[in-house]
Amino acid sequence: MSWFEKLMPTRIRTEGGNKRTVPEGLWTKCDACASVIYRAELERNQEVCPKCGHHMRIRARRRLQAFLDEAGREELFSRIEPVDMLRFRDSKKYRDRLNQAQKGTGESDALIVMQGQVQGIPLVASAFDFAFMGGSMGSVVGERFVRAVNHCLERELPLVCFSASGGARMQEALFSLMQMAKTSAALGRMKQAGLPYISVMTDPTMGGVSASLAMLGDVHIAEPNALIGFAGPRVIEQTVRETLPEGFQRSEFLLEHGAIDMIVDRREMRDKVARLLGIFMHRSAS
Amino acid sequence: MDLNFLDFEQPIAELEAKIEELRYVGDDAEINISEEIRRLEEKSRSLTQSIFAKLNAWQIAQLARHPQRPYLLDYIARIFTDFEELHGDRAFADDPAIVGGVARLEGEPVMLIGQQKGRDTREKLHRNFGMPRPEGYRKALRLMQTAERFKLPVLTFIDTPGAYPGIGAEERGQSEAIARNLQAMAELKTPVICTVIGEGGSGGALAIGVGDRLLMLEYSTYSVISPEGCASILWKSAEKAAEAAEALGITSRRLLELGLIDAVIEEPLGGAHRDPEHMAEQLRDRLLSELTDLRSQPLDTLLETRYRRLLEFGEYNEKA
Repeated sequence: MSWFEKLMPTRIRTEGGNKRTVPEGLWTKCDACASVIYRAELERNQEVCPKCGHHMRIRARRRLQAFLDEAGREELFSRIEPVDMLRFRDSKKYRDRLNQAQKGTGESDALIVMQGQVQGIPLVASAFDFAFMGGSMGSVVGERFVRAVNHCLERELPLVCFSASGGARMQEALFSLMQMAKTSAALGRMKQAGLPYISVMTDPTMGGVSASLAMLGDVHIAEPNALIGFAGPRVIEQTVRETLPEGFQRSEFLLEHGAIDMIVDRREMRDKVARLLGIFMHRSAS
Repeated sequence: MDLNFLDFEQPIAELEAKIEELRYVGDDAEINISEEIRRLEEKSRSLTQSIFAKLNAWQIAQLARHPQRPYLLDYIARIFTDFEELHGDRAFADDPAIVGGVARLEGEPVMLIGQQKGRDTREKLHRNFGMPRPEGYRKALRLMQTAERFKLPVLTFIDTPGAYPGIGAEERGQSEAIARNLQAMAELKTPVICTVIGEGGSGGALAIGVGDRLLMLEYSTYSVISPEGCASILWKSAEKAAEAAEALGITSRRLLELGLIDAVIEEPLGGAHRDPEHMAEQLRDRLLSELTDLRSQPLDTLLETRYRRLLEFGEYNEKA
């Protein structure tokens, strides 16, 4: 404490600790345009660069909070937690990787499911947390997703899923591969029930997640410039021994090739999804 | 057929070479060495038995990829009659990495679909090493829907390193093609039996691998990622492939233990390539008995059981 602070009455003294609660770096540099942005402003803007519109990755919980109406949103199925069924060990134990991911992210696994409303339309929304082991899909992600589908079926609700994933979780080996079949099968029931499922692909949506639940939507939306595909660009480059074309596997490329319906700015996602669901659910125009 | 021996089979290879040499001498000279040959053959058999009794996952991966391993067309020729290959996805192309068509199994009509690898360099290239592109999966889907219309059971045979990672494959929607098959197969209104006959490479395998039964030949493998791929990502070195293979538990026995597959079909001593005829018989018998079982079930029950089973995949904890 400096002599100056000692002079101040304790009531006005700001605790040193307060300063440290501000996330390190009040300023963030945009990956795309290199502008320096005030962190709080970026957060208000849902991690979209206010200067160039570049979409940075956003945590799943923050995404759902921004997407859903504030009133009446509720997290579902969070009590389903991962287990290390194979005692998988590479350079690290899977158990340790899980602990580390849970401590680092504050989440128990890579998919968060919430029930709520978007502009008054009731729905179930789920989002992958890329910060949790690369958003990889293991048993918990698969089970939470299927429960989300069942929740929709029981209550005749539409489903929205924001993917952000490197693919299947290797540490759960074939169990994780089977989650592709499991989630795809469950989505078939949504189709049979005539309930809409909107898949929003965000950066990145790859491998087993892209080749299952992400590509089975009634409507496919992508955020601008997201990497979306089956095989990773490096694997493709090594296989075909060519340099990949500019913009390969980016949202704009997928739109051009007919894989997605539209590219939507994160800040307009609520409006867009509400409008689409309003039509599919035959709600009267607002 | 000249056998192609793998690294861990070298002691067997040496013995077999010695036997060949003796036979050659035997033809030439008048001396009777048949006794010696018989003794060595017996030794070779018991050596093979002891080596094959304790194969590790990586060695089994080598067997699954053995250059002489029987491929789909080898089994079709031995097991089925009246095979008529059907080509094309009706939209873009025919993908030779996937073979499909109608046939008869002991007289009963069936639909066959599976990946086909190539034997020599030219065929390998033609078949793209058994790595399908989206049009291959879309052809498979078309044939499954045909099978559904004509009430033909679908038999799929999995043998692929994976879906092809290429520029065109991505442009034409590899992910979508695989995803759509997963969903369609879960709902297909006809019995579906999937058998891994060689390599079960990840999503590219699963895309024709959803059904009422999942069988594996004893020395085939099924994995979410190749051992080499897993090693280079998690161990940062492709040389750790053997360790990765073990950790991933890619063998038929392990997957049966884990409850992920329904049955293991035993292979002849030394692997399917040592006696393709016998292997084909084993496979045919198994397919027949599974098919009889599935045919006896009402379609509704069949579909509900298939769906329930898919939903049960996975291990997790649920806190109270």
